[in-house]
Amino acid sequence: MEFKTLVFYFFSIILVLAALGVILARNPVYAVLSLVVAFIGASGVWMLLEAEFLAIALVLVYVGAVMVLFLFVVMMLDIDPARLREGFWRYLPLALLVGALLLGEMTLVLNGDWFQALQAPAAASAEYSNTQALGRVLYTVYAYPFELASLVLLIAMIAAVSLTHRKREGVKRVDPAQQVKVKRNERLRVVSMPVEKEEEAAPDAPAGES
Amino acid sequence: MESILLPLEELCGPAWPLVWAIIKIVLILIPLFLGVAYMTYAERKIIGAMQVRIGPNRVGPFGLLQPIADSLKLLFKEVILPTRANKVLYILGPVLALGPALIAWAVVPFADGWVYADINAGLLFLLAVTSLEVYGIIISGWASNSKYAMLGAMRAAAQMISYEVALSFALLAVLMISSSLNLNDIVASQARGVGHDMGLNFLSWNWLPLLPMFVVYMISGIAETNRSPFDTVEGESEIVAGHMIEYSGMAFALFFLGEYANMILVSSMTAVLFLGGWLSPVAFLPDSFFWFALKAAAMLWLFLWVRATFPRFRYDHTMRLGWKVFIPVTLVWLFVLAVWMMTPLSLWK
Repeated sequence: MEFKTLVFYFFSIILVLAALGVILARNPVYAVLSLVVAFIGASGVWMLLEAEFLAIALVLVYVGAVMVLFLFVVMMLDIDPARLREGFWRYLPLALLVGALLLGEMTLVLNGDWFQALQAPAAASAEYSNTQALGRVLYTVYAYPFELASLVLLIAMIAAVSLTHRKREGVKRVDPAQQVKVKRNERLRVVSMPVEKEEEAAPDAPAGES
Repeated sequence: MESILLPLEELCGPAWPLVWAIIKIVLILIPLFLGVAYMTYAERKIIGAMQVRIGPNRVGPFGLLQPIADSLKLLFKEVILPTRANKVLYILGPVLALGPALIAWAVVPFADGWVYADINAGLLFLLAVTSLEVYGIIISGWASNSKYAMLGAMRAAAQMISYEVALSFALLAVLMISSSLNLNDIVASQARGVGHDMGLNFLSWNWLPLLPMFVVYMISGIAETNRSPFDTVEGESEIVAGHMIEYSGMAFALFFLGEYANMILVSSMTAVLFLGGWLSPVAFLPDSFFWFALKAAAMLWLFLWVRATFPRFRYDHTMRLGWKVFIPVTLVWLFVLAVWMMTPLSLWK
């Protein structure tokens, strides 16, 4: 067996086990962490396909940012695993139907002529940069679809902000710019006082501090 | 060198690539751990000097054995498992905090060709790996089953994600002008320009044309490693020690190691990306590893200087600085840079 095959099975087994963990874990935090492991496994498989940009972007975007926020939300929520499981048998037929459909589609695609006709591309040379090639294609041939996609993302971002943002009454805010502009003399007064107490001063009088 | 390596290679036979890889890893990690240990010593001595104190001076000459004594103490202490903590994740937390800090060193070039993995997408790899650091903090914060730890983890998640954006923009600028993701090439691309022709190499390094990015990168780096003045994640006066509150002994030491290894990493990356890595600042001196170490050390010293100078930022100010100041500044500078590169005045043809 080739070493590459070994690596492929290594990552695939991790990926499959982690994916099973996502749906089988009782604790939602474990489920999210399994998903993180699944992403890293998928990234490893992509790396084997010489798609290093996609592989690293998967880790960077999904594991590094999206899943952190996901984990964050799941940790804050008080989820009762028992309640998540109720209605399992009621939804089972529908779920089985969807599962069977997906399985059927995948079988058709993987056994289709189109998929069989695909040849494994020749291994790229060490000089070849997947990132550069991807960037070149994205910004020349597919420039308009790419910009369109970024526009869709921007709109989604603005929509998300405007949907969740609400103006609340009675919120006290300070303007940091104003705070920064504060000068020492506005807050602090240095007074000079005699170091030693006068003889007449009451012994328990608080000492003057500047 | 050859005379040692060749017999070893024959001895190992087909396992040689593996053995050689392990040797290289050890050669990187041992100086790193020593650096971490003596960074703690340097921190205490330098901040001591800045505050007109002496600092550690009891263990060994000038207190030089202090980090060894500290690490031995931590090693022999009991690791306490809180009863209601999630045992598996509680142990996994510190490991995940240290792991990425060490993995990232795989792509750092120490001198010309001195790099463990000279990969095409080095900069991307670095970004991806450093973005994993936050997991150790979040997981340990949650697994400790403690309010302070949870608060610390929440702060860490928000802060590290926010500053990562500004950090990535700064790296994007470096990527644009050096048109490579390979860290070796990024350093090599800084060895040309007007300053270099005049013999003043340091003028053609990235820090000058990318000055705003350089500053943003440094400050975001401090925020990303949760160091003072952005150490609201630990904030001893507010949330005691954040995610580390329940940890003791070696588990706590792992967090400590991770934090210092990250500091050294950010400093080294600043040296590589903005200060020309191993390149010599003037033409009449040779390029060598020495320059890389010197630049990284100077950046580390900056970390300590900042810590001794500024009071801790309030949490909302930290977030404001990240989102409302750094991200707009870097975005505008990226745009300016893109236009600049297209004009005849471009320095990077």
